Amino acid sequence: MTLVDHLPALLIIAPLAGAAITFVTERSVDRIVAVLTSIIITLFSGMLLYRVASGGAFRYEIGGWGAPIGIDLVADGPAALFLLLTAVVGTAVTIYATAYFPKDCGTSYGHGLFWTLWLFMWTSLNALFLTGDVFNVYVCLELIGISAVALVTLKGDADALRAGARYLFASMLAAMTYLLGVALLYSSTGQLDMEMLRATLTPDSGAATGLALMVAALVLKTALVPAHFWLPTAHASAPTPVSAALSALVVKASYFAILRLMLSVMPPGFIPGAGTLLGILGSMAIIWGSLQAMRQTRIKQWVAYSTVAQIGYLFIVFPLADSGADVLAAALGGVLLHALSHGLAKTALFLGAGSLMDRFGHNEIARMTGAARTLPVLTATVALAGVTMMGLPPSGGFGSKWQLVSASIGAGQWWWALVLGLGGLLAAAYMFRVLAVLLSDTPTEVRPTHAPVRLEWLPLALAVAALFFVFAAPFVDSLAGISTIMLHAGVTP
Amino acid sequence: MTVWLPILLPTLIAIVTFVLGEARSHARNAVNLIGAAVSATIVVWLAYGAYGGDVVASTIPLLSGIDFGVHADLTGMLFSTVASVLWFVTLIYAIGYMDHARDRARFFGFFALCIAAANGVALASDPISLFLFYEILTLTTYPLVVHSGTAEARAAGRKYLIYALTGGTALLIGVAWLTVLAGQTPFTPGGALAGVTGQTTALRAIFALMVAGFGVKAALMPLHGWLPGAMVAPAPVSSLLHAVAVVKAGVFGIIRLVNELYGPEFATSLGAAQVLSALAAISIIVASVIALRQDDLKKRLAYSTIAQLSYITLGVALCSPLAAAGALAHLAHHAFMKITMFFTAGSLAETVHVKKLSQMGGVARRMPITMTSFAVAAFALAGIPPLAGFASKWMLGAGAVESGSTWALIVYVAAGALAMGYMVPILFASLRKGDLDATGGLESDPRMLWPIVFVAVVSIVMGLAAGVPGSPAHWAMSAVLPSFGGVMP
Amino acid sequence: MSTYLIYSLGGAVIFAIGLYALLARRHLVHKVIGANLMGSGTFLVLIGLGNRAPGGTPDPVPQAMVLTGIVVTVALTALGLAITKRYFSATGLDDLDTDPREGDHP
Repeated sequence: MTLVDHLPALLIIAPLAGAAITFVTERSVDRIVAVLTSIIITLFSGMLLYRVASGGAFRYEIGGWGAPIGIDLVADGPAALFLLLTAVVGTAVTIYATAYFPKDCGTSYGHGLFWTLWLFMWTSLNALFLTGDVFNVYVCLELIGISAVALVTLKGDADALRAGARYLFASMLAAMTYLLGVALLYSSTGQLDMEMLRATLTPDSGAATGLALMVAALVLKTALVPAHFWLPTAHASAPTPVSAALSALVVKASYFAILRLMLSVMPPGFIPGAGTLLGILGSMAIIWGSLQAMRQTRIKQWVAYSTVAQIGYLFIVFPLADSGADVLAAALGGVLLHALSHGLAKTALFLGAGSLMDRFGHNEIARMTGAARTLPVLTATVALAGVTMMGLPPSGGFGSKWQLVSASIGAGQWWWALVLGLGGLLAAAYMFRVLAVLLSDTPTEVRPTHAPVRLEWLPLALAVAALFFVFAAPFVDSLAGISTIMLHAGVTP
Repeated sequence: MTVWLPILLPTLIAIVTFVLGEARSHARNAVNLIGAAVSATIVVWLAYGAYGGDVVASTIPLLSGIDFGVHADLTGMLFSTVASVLWFVTLIYAIGYMDHARDRARFFGFFALCIAAANGVALASDPISLFLFYEILTLTTYPLVVHSGTAEARAAGRKYLIYALTGGTALLIGVAWLTVLAGQTPFTPGGALAGVTGQTTALRAIFALMVAGFGVKAALMPLHGWLPGAMVAPAPVSSLLHAVAVVKAGVFGIIRLVNELYGPEFATSLGAAQVLSALAAISIIVASVIALRQDDLKKRLAYSTIAQLSYITLGVALCSPLAAAGALAHLAHHAFMKITMFFTAGSLAETVHVKKLSQMGGVARRMPITMTSFAVAAFALAGIPPLAGFASKWMLGAGAVESGSTWALIVYVAAGALAMGYMVPILFASLRKGDLDATGGLESDPRMLWPIVFVAVVSIVMGLAAGVPGSPAHWAMSAVLPSFGGVMP
Repeated sequence: MSTYLIYSLGGAVIFAIGLYALLARRHLVHKVIGANLMGSGTFLVLIGLGNRAPGGTPDPVPQAMVLTGIVVTVALTALGLAITKRYFSATGLDDLDTDPREGDHP
C-alpha cells in the first residue's frame, strides 16, 4: 500500500503528532512546528481530494480490523472537501496566530498551550470528517468539545470563563443525549457502522427514537436556532484565531455528522417530518440570526450572529432530500458549496474583525468610523467577505444560493426559495450597517500594526478566494456525487 | 478571448488604480485614460465585426450544467460602445471635477469596475450570466453613491441598496425558475421560449419577476425611488452611471427579455408586453410632470431620466420593429444628451456653486459655451429636428402607429411637450439677470468644458447622420430586425 | 428477562434527573454533577440493553462503549470543575446567571 492509501490515518496522526511535539517543545519553537504541521496536513488533504476525485471513494480499516469489530474510516467526496477546507482555514488561522499571540505568552493565553490545544482540535475535526461509525462520532465530538472549550477559556478572564462554561454545559448535554441515542439505536439494530446500519435499518420505533435523539443532540452542537444560545458568547469571547476556527470549522463538524445520519444512514422518510422540521428551523435561524446581527453593537458578537444565520442555510437540503436524485444532487452540492465558501469568508471576517479591534483599540462598531481611508485592506476584507454572506455573484455564497433555489423550485417546494431570497436581503442589511460606518467620513485614530501581512493581507486573501468561489461549483458538485449519500439515492458516481 | 476583454481590461485598470493608491495621481490618471481608450477601441472593433455579421462568443463552465457566456452581438455592442466611449470622455471630466476631492483612487477604481460590470451586462449571452453582472453592478456602484461619506450620502446609498437588492432577489428567483422550467436559455433573436408549452402562468410570473428586477435599475415607476436620492453622488457618477451605465443596464435587460428571451410575438401573446407598456406610459407622464416642479437641477434631470428611460421601455413593449429600433437607438442618443446635461450640472456646481434653478441667474453670461451645449442637448431631448432625440422619437412614434397602438404615439407627443416644459425654464433661468458676469479667459476647468462640448456635438451628429450605417439609428435597426424575422436591406 | 429492563429503566430515570439538574440548578458544581448523572444513566441503559440474549454471553460492544464513555466523562468533569474553580477565584461567583459586572445583586 502506498502513502496515498494510508492518507486517512495520516490525516489524523499528523496533527496529533504536531500537538504532542508542541506540548514538549518550548514556546518559540511551537509556532514553527505548528506552521510546518499545517502545511503537511494541507498537502495530505490535497492528495486525498485528488485521490477521491479521480479514483472514487474508499474505506480505510484502522488496524486492519474492519467493521463491525473495528472502526472504518470513510474517505468520500464530502469528507475530502471538508478536510481540505479544514486544512486551508487551519493553515490560515495558524499563520494568523503566530502574529496574534505575543511571543511571550506568560500567564495570559494559557501559558502558550494554544498550539497544543489547537492542533489537538484539528486532529479531532479530521477524525470526525473521516469517521464511518456512529459511536466514533461521539468520541470525536467530545474531543472537539474539550479542546474547543479549553480554547475559548484561554484568555482566562471572567467573560471567557462564562462563555466557556456555557459552551461546556451545552456540549455535555449534547454528548450525553447523543450517547443515549446510540444506546437505543444499538439495542435495535446491533450495528454501529454507518454502512451496515443503512443495510439493516428497519422501521422500528427504538431505532427511530435513537436516531432522533442523536440528530437533536447534533443540532444543539451545531447551534441551530433555537439551540443557538451558547454560540454568540463563545465565539465572541474567544481569542480571534479560535473564533474563526469555531465558526468556520467546528459547527460544520457536527453538521457533517447530521448529513451522514439524515442522508446516508436513514432511508428517506424514516423519521417522518424530520426533514421539513430541520428546514423550518434553518429558516428561523436565517431570519432570527440576521435580525439579531443587526442589533449588535460589538463587532465580534456581530460576526457570531452572522454565523447563527448562515448555519440555517445548511439545513435547507433536508426537506429536499426526498424529491428525486437530481434535486438532491443540486441541494447537496449547494450546501457543501455554502459550507466551504462560508468557511473561507467567515474566517476572513473574524480575523479581519480581530485585526480591526486590535487597530482601533476597542470593539465598538459605531466608533470604527472612517476605516475605509485609514484601514483600506481591512475594510476591503469585511466588504468582500460580506458579498459571500449576502450570496451575491460571483461568490460561492451565490453559487450555493442558486443551487438551493433551483432545487427548491424543482422539488415544488418554492417557499424555501423565498426564505433564501429574504436571507440575502437580511444579510445585506446587517452587512451594510457596519460597512456604512466603515465608509463614513470621520476618520478616527488607529494604532499601527506589527504584522500587516499576516494580520491584514491574509484575511483579505481568504475573502477574495470566497469571492470567486462560484467557479469551484462544478468541482464541488462532482465531488458531492462521489458520496455514500448519492449512492443510496441511486446515483452512481 | 477578445470578447472577454471589455470586462477584463477595466477590471485590471481598477486593480492597478487601487494599488497605485491616493498619492500617485498622475500615474493613476494615465493608466485610466489609456486603458479606457484601449477598451473603447477593442469594443468598437468587436462592434465592427458584429456589423459584418461576425458574432464572437465564448463560454466558461460556472455551475453544474450552467455555462457563463458572453457574445458580441449588435444589440450588446451598441450598449457597450456607448458605455466605453463615454467612460473615456467622463474620465477627462472627472479628473477635472474631482481635482480637490478625497479618496480619488477608490473613486476611479470602482468607476472602472462599474464599466466592467456594465460591459458584462451588455455582452452576456444568457439570462444567468446577465444576472451575475447585473448584481455585481449593484455592488460596484454603492461605494460611488456613498463616496462623500456624509449622512445624506449614506442614506441615499441605503435606499439604493434596498431597491437594487430586492429587485435582484426577484430577478434571481425569476431566472432560477426559468432555468428549472426551460434549462439554460441563451438569448436568441426572436425569443427562445415560445416552445415551452403549458406553463403560461409560470411564464407570466417569471416575466413579472424579471421586469421587477430590471425595472429597479431602469427606474420604471414605482421602482424609481432610489434615483433622485442618488443624485447626492458626485457629478461624474450621476453622469456616467445614472444616465448611462446603471440605468441603461436596466432597460437593456428589458430589451433582452422581450426581444431575445421571450420574443416580441410570445410576449404579446402572453399579455405581458401590454402590461409593461401601460406601466411605462404611466412612468413617462408622471415623471415628466414631477420634473416640471423641481428646483434642484440634478433632481430635475433625474426625473427627466426616469421619463426618458420609460420611452425606451415603452418602445420595447410595443413589440414592433420600428419601435424596438427606436428604443435601442434612444438608449444611445439619450446617453449622450443626458450626459451633456449632467456634466453641465456638475460644472455649474463646481465652478460657480450653483445647484438650483433659482440660483441660475447670470449663468449664461458667465459660462456661455457650457450653457449653449446644454441648450443643444435640451432641444435634442425634447425632440427638435434634426437633433438626435428627434430621430429616435420619430422611430418610436412611427413604431407605435405600426404596432397599432396609436395611444402610445399620443403619449410620446405629450411627453415631448412636457420635456420642453421642463427644459426651457432651465435655459430661461440661466438667461435671467444675476450676480454673475462673464470672466476673461476660459469659463471653467478645460477638462470639464471640452467634454461637454464634445458630447453636445455628438448629439447633433447622431441626429444628422441618422440613416448612415454606424449611427445608432441604423445600428439599432440592424440589431432588432432579426427578432422580428427581418433582415436589414 | 426483566432484570436488564430494571437497569435500563433505572438508567433512564437517572438520565432524566441528571438532565433536570444540568438545566435547572444554578450552582455550577450542581450542573457538573447533573451532567455526570446523565452519563451514568446512559451507561446503565447501555449495559441493560446490551444484555438481552437470555442466558447467552453478554454483548461486549456496549461495555466497550461504556468504558469509553466513562473516560470521556471524567475528562469533561475535570474540565468543568477546573473552569468552575477559576471562575470562582476570578469573580467570587458560583453560578452563571449573576453578571459579575453588576456587583453582588443576586
